[in-house]
Amino acid sequence: MTIKIAVVQFPGANCDLDAMHVLNNVIGVETSLVWHNHFKEAEFDGVILPGGFAFGDYLRAGIIAAHSPALDQARIMLKDGRPILGICNGFQILTEAEFLPGALLQNESLKFVCKWINIRVENNKTPFTHKMKNGDVLAIPVAHGEGRYFTDNLKELEENEQIVFKYSDENGKYTQNANPNGSMENIAGICNLERNCMGLMPHPERASEAILSPKSTTHGKLFFDSMLEFIKRR
Amino acid sequence: MYQSEFEIEISLENKPAARDPVAETIKRDLLAKKGYDLISKVRSGQYLRIILKANDEKDAKEIVTSMCNDLRIFNPVTQNLNIINVKKL
Repeated sequence: MTIKIAVVQFPGANCDLDAMHVLNNVIGVETSLVWHNHFKEAEFDGVILPGGFAFGDYLRAGIIAAHSPALDQARIMLKDGRPILGICNGFQILTEAEFLPGALLQNESLKFVCKWINIRVENNKTPFTHKMKNGDVLAIPVAHGEGRYFTDNLKELEENEQIVFKYSDENGKYTQNANPNGSMENIAGICNLERNCMGLMPHPERASEAILSPKSTTHGKLFFDSMLEFIKRR
Repeated sequence: MYQSEFEIEISLENKPAARDPVAETIKRDLLAKKGYDLISKVRSGQYLRIILKANDEKDAKEIVTSMCNDLRIFNPVTQNLNIINVKKL
């Protein structure tokens, strides 16, 4: 059976085609761009909620998309263990839809931050990180105005090993300088208890080809390779 | 059926535990620098003015509160909902 992945397109998405390109042409998995009102979970083995400004970020980033029928469809996938990856605005949507705990607030600097940063792998036992090692430092870009992760239940998140990535310097140290947005505990990405849903602010789809990376790294590709292999093994 | 129209003003404000860099900047880089150092605290937020049909003020408040809870108009993790004012139109 052919593996199929969906990239859900909301009005205002702008990283949807980047994700499509990487999945189809770099990873080589059949991937469809699906308008959010037309998304049917039964046709897909995994789904990606891409970056952008769904519904103009009105009221709060992600809140209006969180009420889209696409999220009702994705909730079925969430329950049966199929992988769901939210990138940037996709992460914001997943927290607002309560697939993931916590919230993403305006950057502490009040500025939109767009640059290459480093993240450290905290949990490689997820469908999106099993091809990485804990402690690995990945070079990856961020581009967001609301990426400051906040939770009122940090202890539970830590105890359940739901923190998947933290912002670090290139040596893997969690410094304040390495934190681009003021996130609590330098948190860059988290997963649900079952591990099949992950959200992160950085953009793996922009870090999957050497020609696009300042140091010719392809660390972003590991996310999609992991996801594809997870699907094959299910 | 509903008798009258009401106007409800609500504000959404970050909880004390969630830092509010907009308000911190207004206080530190504007008010304090321009001599308003008597200001001890500022909090920013969002404001919505809603007009709806309801039986009375209590009913109007209940409808708006339940709508805000159901649809996550405020984020319960980070924000508090305040009803600032209710008036009959």
